[in-house]
Amino acid sequence: MGLSPRPDPRFVETSSNEPWITTKLDAFVNWGRKNSLWPMPFGTACCAIEFMATAASKYDLARFGMERQAFSPRQADLLICAGRVPFKLAPVLRRIWQQMPQPKWCISMGACASTGGMFDNYAVVQGIDSIIPVDVYVPGCPPRPEGLLYGIIMLQKKVANEHSGDKSLRNEMEPDPDTQLYIPPSVIDEVSEPFGNSIHQTRSGL
Amino acid sequence: MSNDGSFAPVVAGSALGAGAPAPVSPRNVAHRGGDPNQSVEPMRQQFGAAVRRVDVVWGETTVVIDPARVHDVIRWLHDDTSQRYDYLSDVTAVEFRDLEQPIEVVWHLRSLPYRRFLRVKAQIDRGAALEVPSVWDIYKGADWLERECYDMFGIRFVGHPDLRRLLMWEQYNEGFPLRKDFPLRGRFSRSEQLRQALAANPEARYSKDELSIADAFEDLPADMRRRLTTGERTGE
Repeated sequence: MGLSPRPDPRFVETSSNEPWITTKLDAFVNWGRKNSLWPMPFGTACCAIEFMATAASKYDLARFGMERQAFSPRQADLLICAGRVPFKLAPVLRRIWQQMPQPKWCISMGACASTGGMFDNYAVVQGIDSIIPVDVYVPGCPPRPEGLLYGIIMLQKKVANEHSGDKSLRNEMEPDPDTQLYIPPSVIDEVSEPFGNSIHQTRSGL
Repeated sequence: MSNDGSFAPVVAGSALGAGAPAPVSPRNVAHRGGDPNQSVEPMRQQFGAAVRRVDVVWGETTVVIDPARVHDVIRWLHDDTSQRYDYLSDVTAVEFRDLEQPIEVVWHLRSLPYRRFLRVKAQIDRGAALEVPSVWDIYKGADWLERECYDMFGIRFVGHPDLRRLLMWEQYNEGFPLRKDFPLRGRFSRSEQLRQALAANPEARYSKDELSIADAFEDLPADMRRRLTTGERTGE
């Protein structure tokens, strides 16, 4: 589907000096999107240190088109939530997600962001997917840079397989106006049980 | 290092004077017992029965005092020229699992000029109102320490100018998390906790005094002043 780096039979010379190309619009747009994901790190804890290691020269996020990190949500495509999110930060994270323009994706980095991790207590959100939709969960405590890169490559594959005809991809999820929740309260209670979240990792697919 | 090779530390800025002994790292300190802090004897003379108990644990002195006299004692420790406890390093509280034991409020005081450390405790009996005097007017640094202690234990510091929650958001109504009767996961269900958290306005928890622009508040444009005073959402 995507563009091959090697010479491609679809690449034909029609005249002596004007090359042109045929491809699917989806393939072309997705190719551009997946190779220029601008990440916005939302680092709250030790996962952010591993994120910095990922962005530094040894692992070099720039190889994946992430040279420019956006520290404003308005210029970002990808929210990387690195670290635990306490309830006090929940409305802030929700606000940042709402400030990001479409198309946008989210990676939940580490055990705490994905499930609450070891912080099964009164103060910590049990998985950020109860606040915002998540595309890729990266396990680990904290994940090594290789783990985060693997998650980013998974996300790139997901972006490469999107269809522009599918309008629902770009729909903003509107929370319930009364409760401000995306997911029914009973489901949140269920997956927030101890170990409940770890066996419900597909829930933000809804 | 002096000429004969012995170690002669430089003692600067000490109220003990030039003849002060060099500071030493304590060795072979007994778990319990030992000489109490030099402030204890003058404190006993000054306050008499208000000093209820003196413990020395690992070489550190703990003084248990009458809760009603907390402000007087700490004011004296701060102001008296032979004490000069000029640094309040912590205010916290202790609740024991044994429900008969009183809740203790703890002040950690340090005298930089005399190189002394003193732990002051006040025991609040079970059933009594959880109130102790604030020391905010003595140490401005007590502001957030007392707010945190109120947030976590529900102890009211009488005289504190702005006793609001510090770590949890202000509308938080599940109780005081570090109390022994508080369940680890909180009192409400996860969905209810999330609903209440998401209903909070992220900006509204800051008073305008806390914002760094507070000094320049009067110079701000009128509409920004209005938004800040009403706690309305900004940056939309």
